[in-house]
Amino acid sequence: MKVIQRLAGEFRRNRLLTASLAFIALVTLTGFLAPLISPYSPGGFEEQRLLEGPSAAHWLGTDELGRDVLTRILYGARVSIAVGLGTALIALIIGTFYGLVSGYAGGGLDSFLMRVVDIFYGLPDLLIFVLLSLFLGRNITGVLIALGLITWVRFARITRGQVLQAKELIYVEGARAIGASHARILLRHILPNIFAPLLVTLTFSIPAAILSESTLSFIGLGINDPYNAWGTSWGTLAQDGWRAMRTYPHLIFFPALAIFLTILAFNFLGNGLRDILDPKAR
Amino acid sequence: MIHFLSKRLLHGLAVLWVVVTLTFILLRILPGGPFDSERRLPPEIMANIQAKYHLDEPWLKQYARYLVGVAQGDLGPSYKYIDRTVSDIIKDTLPTSTLLGVLALAFAVVLSFPLAVAAAAHHNRWTDRGCVFLATLGISLPHFLLGAVLIWVFSLKLGWFQAARWGSPDSAVLPTITLGSMPCAYFTYLLRSSLLETLGEDFIRTARAKGLKEPFVLFKHAVRNSLIPVLTLLGPIFATLVAGSFVVEYVFAIPGMGRFFISAVTDRDYPLITGVTLVYTAILVCANLLVDMFYSLVDPRIRVH
Repeated sequence: MKVIQRLAGEFRRNRLLTASLAFIALVTLTGFLAPLISPYSPGGFEEQRLLEGPSAAHWLGTDELGRDVLTRILYGARVSIAVGLGTALIALIIGTFYGLVSGYAGGGLDSFLMRVVDIFYGLPDLLIFVLLSLFLGRNITGVLIALGLITWVRFARITRGQVLQAKELIYVEGARAIGASHARILLRHILPNIFAPLLVTLTFSIPAAILSESTLSFIGLGINDPYNAWGTSWGTLAQDGWRAMRTYPHLIFFPALAIFLTILAFNFLGNGLRDILDPKAR
Repeated sequence: MIHFLSKRLLHGLAVLWVVVTLTFILLRILPGGPFDSERRLPPEIMANIQAKYHLDEPWLKQYARYLVGVAQGDLGPSYKYIDRTVSDIIKDTLPTSTLLGVLALAFAVVLSFPLAVAAAAHHNRWTDRGCVFLATLGISLPHFLLGAVLIWVFSLKLGWFQAARWGSPDSAVLPTITLGSMPCAYFTYLLRSSLLETLGEDFIRTARAKGLKEPFVLFKHAVRNSLIPVLTLLGPIFATLVAGSFVVEYVFAIPGMGRFFISAVTDRDYPLITGVTLVYTAILVCANLLVDMFYSLVDPRIRVH
């Protein structure tokens, strides 16, 4: 539990880290509680108030159908955050399992499994994403699966590398000597000891996924499922605003700002975690 | 060396084959075809179209035909642009995307170098913190957002640069900055940490101990020995710049390969999608191969046997 104490101490000292974490918590909470917080509905039209700038009633203005921009951003937040967290988790589970098996087994199986990873690595990410999402559809589930399928390789590589190092260490030899099973050695002995680099990779995967998703939604190949409550992300909003940028810049500016600040906060968080968990990188 | 290179080449070919096969299968099991439209075509016409593009043949035969074509450099006809083949379209648009990629890479290298050196030379002081902060900003800025902001400020408000219409030098400025910002941030990070590591080495202490001036130590001794990680990334990053430029091409209306890729996806122009995917992958494979070669030339310690 020393790690947690050190983390807590570091968070108290490093204000940027605390601010980032607070911002992420704020965005996540307001996003998921959007139906309770916002007085407007994301699809609610007000014909009298089309394309207004920010005002007391509509803090961030309204769009071309008279919908409240802030409300749409809040509803978009839960989609974007869910894509980020979901992708990272899917990739973590698949990639870690794959890497554990590959690194621990060694030999022929290891080189075969790593050859597969190499091939995945040789492919341009966004391209694969576009092809997969054609197949899986323009909704949040499809995007999640597609992004997860791209991101897992990163975890597989890191886990394998760590396992290769860890399995030569004395504590693993000790565990083997007292007759622990392979599963027990992997899950109870090796996994907790390679937790730090995995956590850092996880933190950096979240903004990367949010970035990919918003970029693809922006060019019209990502999430766009207007009849679904989870079918509009920040990228979709930015795409809507892009067409009217010349005359109504607030429509693209606010969603874009939300994307930028969230990605930034996650990157600061990742940097901070890396500095704390890996003192050599400082 | 020859052995190593042939192994890498074989691996590259395997990657290409996997990509061709996967895209081929993926595109064929997709619901909806390129010739489906709101209005039903008469069956005879549909049959004619199918026969012209060999879509009536069994998949395996189509696949074999496609592979043979690819081996001969023929990527098939485009379904959407009836008068042009996929190879024609790629020949017309790839130079634009490559030029944009080269410009962005040059921008990234030129800007990141002084930032990284300044940061490493003033480690843990405000110059360093500022550079790291800037780099984090650069990594967090999506292309479309940076592009939109640049267009808004420099072409709509100030009118300094053109927002679109690729061709004249001043129309290339904003796309170059947009595409180059992220690699620039990566290079800065990478070179900085590599420099910091080198600066802790014994030979740097020796250089300082024998009374060399600090700039000399920094540029002559440290920088030279810190370039390897950056060089390694140069190839893949260039490849992602060429392949990843479709967003920038979309935002700035540049007639590059990426724009055609996006419209090919919406039009379900299968041969064009497969063709562009193949070219992107080939660029990435070649870039990695070049880096491997270069790598062993630059640093004798990692020369591969």
